Amino acid sequence: MINDKNSKKIVDIIQDFSRRHSLFVLAYGTGCGAIEIPPTMTSRYDAERFGIRGMATPRQADLLLITGYLASKTLKRVIRAYEQMQDPKYVIGFGSCTINGGMYWDSYNTIKILSDYIPVDVYINGCMPRPEAVITGFIELQNLIKEGKANGAQKYKENLEWYRENQKKVIKDWKMPDYNW
Amino acid sequence: MNIWITILGFLATVFLAFVVGVFYGGFVRKITARVQNRVGPPVYQNFLDIVKLYSKKTAINHGWMQHLGPAFAITASVTSLMFIPILNGTGWFPWFENLNFKGDLIFLLYMMVFGSLGMALGAGQTGNPNSAIGVSRGLSQMVGYEIPWVLALVALMLQTKTTSLTGLLDYQVSNGTWMMFESPFAFVAAVLAMLGMFHYAPFDVPFAPAELSSGPASEFGGKYLALMMSSGSIFSFVKLVLIVDVFMGGASNLIMLVVKTFALYMIPVLYGIVSPRYRTEQSIRYFWGWPTFIGILGVIYAVFVR
Ligand code: SF4
Repeated sequence: MINDKNSKKIVDIIQDFSRRHSLFVLAYGTGCGAIEIPPTMTSRYDAERFGIRGMATPRQADLLLITGYLASKTLKRVIRAYEQMQDPKYVIGFGSCTINGGMYWDSYNTIKILSDYIPVDVYINGCMPRPEAVITGFIELQNLIKEGKANGAQKYKENLEWYRENQKKVIKDWKMPDYNW
Repeated sequence: MNIWITILGFLATVFLAFVVGVFYGGFVRKITARVQNRVGPPVYQNFLDIVKLYSKKTAINHGWMQHLGPAFAITASVTSLMFIPILNGTGWFPWFENLNFKGDLIFLLYMMVFGSLGMALGAGQTGNPNSAIGVSRGLSQMVGYEIPWVLALVALMLQTKTTSLTGLLDYQVSNGTWMMFESPFAFVAAVLAMLGMFHYAPFDVPFAPAELSSGPASEFGGKYLALMMSSGSIFSFVKLVLIVDVFMGGASNLIMLVVKTFALYMIPVLYGIVSPRYRTEQSIRYFWGWPTFIGILGVIYAVFVR
């Protein structure tokens, strides 16, 4: 029973529950959508009641929140931050800029589709999404974790070459190590 | 046979300290949220955080010292816990004896610093500039609040002519008073020093998430952070029980203990919620001002008045 591969062990259930209900967020606030993060976290919408809490460094965080457009210059920092996070880690793309470029669709120095560069678990649509939408996105991520579908980090490791190729197309002077643990 | 009971008592004590400390952390988050007109996380949120951090699949470290830093911190917390009588009179767990000896109060003064020093070494190896700044700030602030704290304890030792915790407890129980009333200046100095010891808001100089990215902890993730959080929870329990033992006559049962420690804990917490953050030199100047003066008054009171 205990060694049965298919049955969920009690430890797994506890771990999954705590993973789901304790998300440490690293908000990468470069896009204009970042302005919706403070109301999400503070008294009006209070994301902390779902166990969602801001964290200061990528090492401590589980969830990378990309709030809006990414200039090709900041993409480098995002990759570094993402690769420094510890497994299991999740990414939420926030705003239409991360989905298809949004109103920067013809800009010469922003990236258009975020999931070409880092694996995104949940997209939140809107320009900019309201705090209700952001919280719905968080809950969606919690449901994905519950179903075991939030495995972007695994996808990233398996398809590292493909992601690297895309990243190097944008970042011309690649001076980073191959994987920034 | 006896050794097993001692080990069982040891484990039970650590477990008690951990559970109470983590629940207090949850209550603090809840109270903070209520003050800010939020709903706040459930009180068991800190348990979830710790379990989640322990079950992270990877945890990076940059070398031995970073690996050992959190271990030092939790060693210091658990060792200090072993010297603190949880209840006065008999032990809280049958047959479990503390490691108390004559002069353990002085030993504790050193032991309680050990964890921060271990963390400082660990954070130093990460090479993160924020950690280095945080460590230097934390150690400078420690120089600030240790002075009123030591003065308060020295006043007590002079007054009761004992340097052992159990001696202090016996003195209070047999005289039927609390040191809080016997030696009021020392109590005020100790409470003011406690504000710094708990690192709540005006004195959260070393961590300062907004400017230092949580300072010494900034490169620690996964199980290291979990170890640091558990160590912090145990250590806050240790500090609270120590002050209750020394100034408030200990507690005769666990309910009394929880009531007293929680009341005491609310002083730094509530003061912290409504305060912004000091700069490092402001915080040190604060501790070297009135708290130290009151501590000196306490010593004078202990020597000449009593
Ligand atoms: S989606 Fe809209 S609000 Fe968000 S970053 Fe893009 S332009 Fe700004």
